[in-house]
Amino acid sequence: MSEPLTLFDKLWAAHEIVRRDDGEALLWVDRHYVHEGSFNAFSQLKARGARVAEPGLTFAVADHYVPTRGSRRVIDNPEIARMVRTLEENTAEHGIKLFGLDDPRQGIVHVVGPEQGLSLPGLLLVCGDSHTSTHGALGAFAFGIGASEVAHVLMTHTLWQRKPKCMRITVNGHLAAGIAAKDIVLAIIGSIGADGATGHAIEFTGPAIRALSMEGRLTLCNMSIEAGARSGMVAPDETTSEYVKGRPYSPKGTAFEQAVEAWSALTTDDGAKFDREVELDAAAIAPIVTWGTSPQDALPIDASVPDPADEPDTARAKYLREALDYMGLMPGTRLTNITIDRIFIGSCTNARIEDLRAAAAVLAGRVSKVPGLVSPGSSAVKRQAEEEGLDRTFRDAGLEWGESGCSMCVGINGDVVAPGERCASTTNRNFRGRQGPGARTHLMSPAMVAAAAVTGKLTDVRPLLSGRKV
Amino acid sequence: MDKFIRLTATACPLDVANLNTDQLLPARFLKVPRSAGLGTALLRDLRFDADGRERPDFPLNRPAWRDARIIVGARNFGCGSSREAAVYALCDYGIRCVIAPSFGEIFAGNAVQNGLLTAVVSDDEAATLMGLLGDKPDRALTVDLEQQTITCDDRSFRFVIDPVLRTRLLNGWDNIALTGSYIGKIAAFRMADRARRPWAAPAKPE
Repeated sequence: MSEPLTLFDKLWAAHEIVRRDDGEALLWVDRHYVHEGSFNAFSQLKARGARVAEPGLTFAVADHYVPTRGSRRVIDNPEIARMVRTLEENTAEHGIKLFGLDDPRQGIVHVVGPEQGLSLPGLLLVCGDSHTSTHGALGAFAFGIGASEVAHVLMTHTLWQRKPKCMRITVNGHLAAGIAAKDIVLAIIGSIGADGATGHAIEFTGPAIRALSMEGRLTLCNMSIEAGARSGMVAPDETTSEYVKGRPYSPKGTAFEQAVEAWSALTTDDGAKFDREVELDAAAIAPIVTWGTSPQDALPIDASVPDPADEPDTARAKYLREALDYMGLMPGTRLTNITIDRIFIGSCTNARIEDLRAAAAVLAGRVSKVPGLVSPGSSAVKRQAEEEGLDRTFRDAGLEWGESGCSMCVGINGDVVAPGERCASTTNRNFRGRQGPGARTHLMSPAMVAAAAVTGKLTDVRPLLSGRKV
Repeated sequence: MDKFIRLTATACPLDVANLNTDQLLPARFLKVPRSAGLGTALLRDLRFDADGRERPDFPLNRPAWRDARIIVGARNFGCGSSREAAVYALCDYGIRCVIAPSFGEIFAGNAVQNGLLTAVVSDDEAATLMGLLGDKPDRALTVDLEQQTITCDDRSFRFVIDPVLRTRLLNGWDNIALTGSYIGKIAAFRMADRARRPWAAPAKPE
């Protein structure tokens, strides 16, 4: 009888080319995604006079630097234009497929990969972006890498890694109405901390995870990195194969049947050991918002921001004071008394069609009290939203309907929150200055951002959903 | 890659938990090519105010620590974005070693690629080191990678580092050259894997 294995053990073993005595293993990479930010890696390639080993397994998307407001035919900012052009040149030189600005498949890499059927269960997938953990939602081993590792993958299509420990997070029970995957993951990070899963791969499991759509699972795995885990994953099931079926690059016909058969073995065996186990009750999860400068500063909407005077740990009290000072908040303020200046709906975390529907369900027939930008996760999501009339709902509410890209989540493309402004955002990081120097970010689900737009302050979305179809 | 064996230098304490790579290098500097140098952009928005004036109370701006080559940080140093340019900014500023209770994993991986040592100590040891530096800012630390020790006057602390990273730093080894010696194994794996997982290759879009 062989030893019971975790899903992660199985994914790792399937990609191990060789393991050295010191524990480092050389892993085969199934998919490598690159973007404009990968220019440092291409420079390293050039310096060595090397070629891309597997251009057919490498795919490029323009997302990090591209404009998401106004025309994209002519890019006004010469630095941004140069970044996009460099990606075009590098991918053309090495024969890499690029979903560029003029391609209907363009979008945020972590939305496009699953959408195009490039990200599949059982694959090992890397990208020079920490939110690559997203693709683990399909039952893949997916993690973010730095520029030198990107260069290594470009040249060899392999990567040296030491096997991390494995953590299982089980979410029991069922979510209440109005609660989303974002609330689950913020509740987890609030509970275990921003380094709570460092050194681990996370497997998310339990009835509440099984009940999530693929969009919800993508949101969940996306934010694994905000708990310190380089990768997060959900075992593939019927939801997964239904999602994958019929997508442009996914297996067809008998190949698909074979694949589903192979994927059915990608589960954690009974009795498999995890290095750490965490359990949560879904029914106890309320809508969550962040108040501070780390995603771990997450609280249910009916709570108040902490008071450093009540904190016995001096280091923690210092952290609270600095976070409150940056966020411009008085200790003990009720979250629902915090007024906002703008909203942002977008990013690889929460800009898929289901996210836009959830926000539109709250905004329909209502007006936003603050300005805001809605940036769909991909050009395909944008077209679908327009077919469903969601763009009208956002526009009628007074919000701007933009293009697809990383946009105001990372603020590289110039779409930033002004210094001192407070933004309710569907993104993944509330770090100091993340959305622009001096910007104050509160993270929450798309429905909660829509609720904040309607009232002009942080708000429990649930009463606003009464009598509405969601 | 530069080797790291032993370093004696002044060390700057940065008592900020979760000091993420967005702080180490704000996103607007991600358009700057490596060749232009990123040292001036390091911790830009913590070192300088919105008008570009130095914040005199920020540790790295204090005279004793301006030329520090070591940083003593707090938990989860370098968490967040995978931007390797955060490591370039540290290196270009002159930092060769960061001592902290824990590191963001992608950051630690990027650091070793650039010869930057990430030395792990306990929370208490990090606090002790910060206290010693606070009492006497111009005190030098000696970080010895062979011995895995940090020495401050007559006090000595052991630090932890992954043995693989340690070996690579001590020798200045480059992964790509190393992988070259496995090229036959990679080719054999690739061929066997194609047969074993035919569905893993991207299908041709219709």
